Amino acid sequence: MKLTRSLVFGGALLVFFAALPYIGLHVAWVLPSTVNVVNSTGTLEVLALCFIFAGVALGYDVIFGFTGLLSLGPVMYFATGVYVFDITLTRWNWPLAPALALTFGVSLVLAVVLGAIALRVSGIAFTMVTLAFAQAFYYLIEDNPHGLTGGDTGLALSSVRLPEFMSGAVSNTRNLYWIAFGFLVVAYAVVWLVTESATGHVLVAIRENERRLEVLGIEPFRYKLAAYTLSSMVATGGGVAYILLIGTAVPSAVASTTVTLSILIMVVLGGAGTRWGAVTGAMLYVYLQQYLLKVAAEPSFASMPSVLRVPLSQPQFLLGTIFVLFVIFVPGGLAGLASRRSRSLKVTQREGRRRV
Amino acid sequence: MSVFVALTFSGVALGAIYFLAASGLSLIYGLMDILNFAHGLFMTLGAYAAWDVATHVPVSWGAPFVFVVALVAAVAGGALAAGLTEVLVIRPLYGRPVSQILVTIGLDLAVTGLLLGGFGSNSLSVPVPLWMMEASHIGGVNLPNADFVALLGGVVILVALEWFLRRTRYGIIIRAGVENRAMVSALGINVARAFSVVFVIGGAMAGVAGLLYAVVFSGDLISPTQGDSLLIFAFIVVVIGGLGSIRGSAIAALMVGLVQDYTNFYWGSHSGMAEIGNLSVVLLLALVLEWRPRGLFGSTL
Repeated sequence: MKLTRSLVFGGALLVFFAALPYIGLHVAWVLPSTVNVVNSTGTLEVLALCFIFAGVALGYDVIFGFTGLLSLGPVMYFATGVYVFDITLTRWNWPLAPALALTFGVSLVLAVVLGAIALRVSGIAFTMVTLAFAQAFYYLIEDNPHGLTGGDTGLALSSVRLPEFMSGAVSNTRNLYWIAFGFLVVAYAVVWLVTESATGHVLVAIRENERRLEVLGIEPFRYKLAAYTLSSMVATGGGVAYILLIGTAVPSAVASTTVTLSILIMVVLGGAGTRWGAVTGAMLYVYLQQYLLKVAAEPSFASMPSVLRVPLSQPQFLLGTIFVLFVIFVPGGLAGLASRRSRSLKVTQREGRRRV
Repeated sequence: MSVFVALTFSGVALGAIYFLAASGLSLIYGLMDILNFAHGLFMTLGAYAAWDVATHVPVSWGAPFVFVVALVAAVAGGALAAGLTEVLVIRPLYGRPVSQILVTIGLDLAVTGLLLGGFGSNSLSVPVPLWMMEASHIGGVNLPNADFVALLGGVVILVALEWFLRRTRYGIIIRAGVENRAMVSALGINVARAFSVVFVIGGAMAGVAGLLYAVVFSGDLISPTQGDSLLIFAFIVVVIGGLGSIRGSAIAALMVGLVQDYTNFYWGSHSGMAEIGNLSVVLLLALVLEWRPRGLFGSTL
């Protein structure tokens, strides 16, 4: 019953977002682009970015929300997707298929090797090691070894070897939108299958009580490594979709710790340990980020007193504040809010309000 | 040889700043189990408080005095920021350690965003005495005077902290709390107040670190994101030294400062990699953790 309902709901969303580029509806105010048409290039681009980060956040939720490991390294695998794909196409002039194969191959090797090292320690030390690795990776990219990454100036994607429909031309925004959406759908399907499987139950058990699992004779290490690798590969997929959509790789935008923290915030806002939560949180975060920038650029804004204008024109400030308030007052995130409400509608009077 | 001496000296000075940044983090973690991501923010706010006060004090007071005032402002700014953080966002979340980490991340982002909006992303210059921009010629080696200030700051804080933790009532409560928090509160001692004290002390040291880092290593310039880069190294120092250990932090800070300095000089120019020093520090962290997962000095204070 529950499965049918979520299948119907998910199917409806699938059809809606897949068909969205054909909807030429005029909507005032809410769109993140200055053009008030739903299928305008600007809005499609922002939505595509929403999908990409929704997928990445979903992957991150497997390691953070489901397995309970606070990794601060997801940006590394996102950056692997962005840079390895970009370098193979732009610098080495490889065709699409081998470029994709190398990108995911590199990501797999990195995830297994570095994951195995990081997982030797647990708790806060694990968090720190993943953070340090990601930071080292960032320094490496900034360093521009052998002129590969372009350092601070970044590396624009050359579309010479890409199929025509994928190139970064404005007329292709619709196609890139579908690619991003396709990535999210695949990521969702994979994460759904894994978290609903026996392996997924072991992951949740690791989060709840790792010692007990060991007593039962299940070795947590390989499951943790599997979760780490899966979430890394999903992040790499997101990186590939990102570079196709945005067309330029800049270290501060795709490899810095800020990206990791954003992904973490997306998952927590939506509700860690839930698939819909991670997706919704990420979509909302990216949308708000872009929307707030648009609002701050409006002329009416400039006439505001600076006490109001300065904070309101900084999406980072607003999103950070929202996040702090959520952590304090809405512990389960949006998903927790939703499930609390539906539960309280059903059972409240009998059970009283449960504190999460 | 003289190059080596100069290099060692600047590595030690860098280590002193890392120690200032890391010791507060380590204390906070040891007592409260909080990985404080807002610590970089305390450093930044300390530096901005120093800049704000130093640019408003009349120059006629004399440059050295202005610098002392700036230093006091950095201490006050860092301590105030930390105290407010503890009371407003950490305290409501006792018993939820992951949420406490998350809330410091959000706070760091929000206030850094505010600073970016208010002051712009460009660097601001802190006025320092001319003397601190010069170098002393000692035994055939030129040593920057600013490094002496950093070193002095590190040593004074280390000694003061050791004295505080071993000789005062609050210090002993804090050490006991690091060992066994439940037992301390069972004895009827107000641990929550010790939490606030630790946060304020950590924030004060972070403020000093923020100002000295600007003075010694970034040409008297401060920027809203300076704390974030320093924070990563402070984290690395804390983990290498062992979470909760002040002496561990001091030794790890020296190691990290020296390794960074040596590799930058001896390998940086050959390999053409500007970031080799940073990379080697991460490698050091990985090696230490493989060898001793709890860091060099475990979890005793």
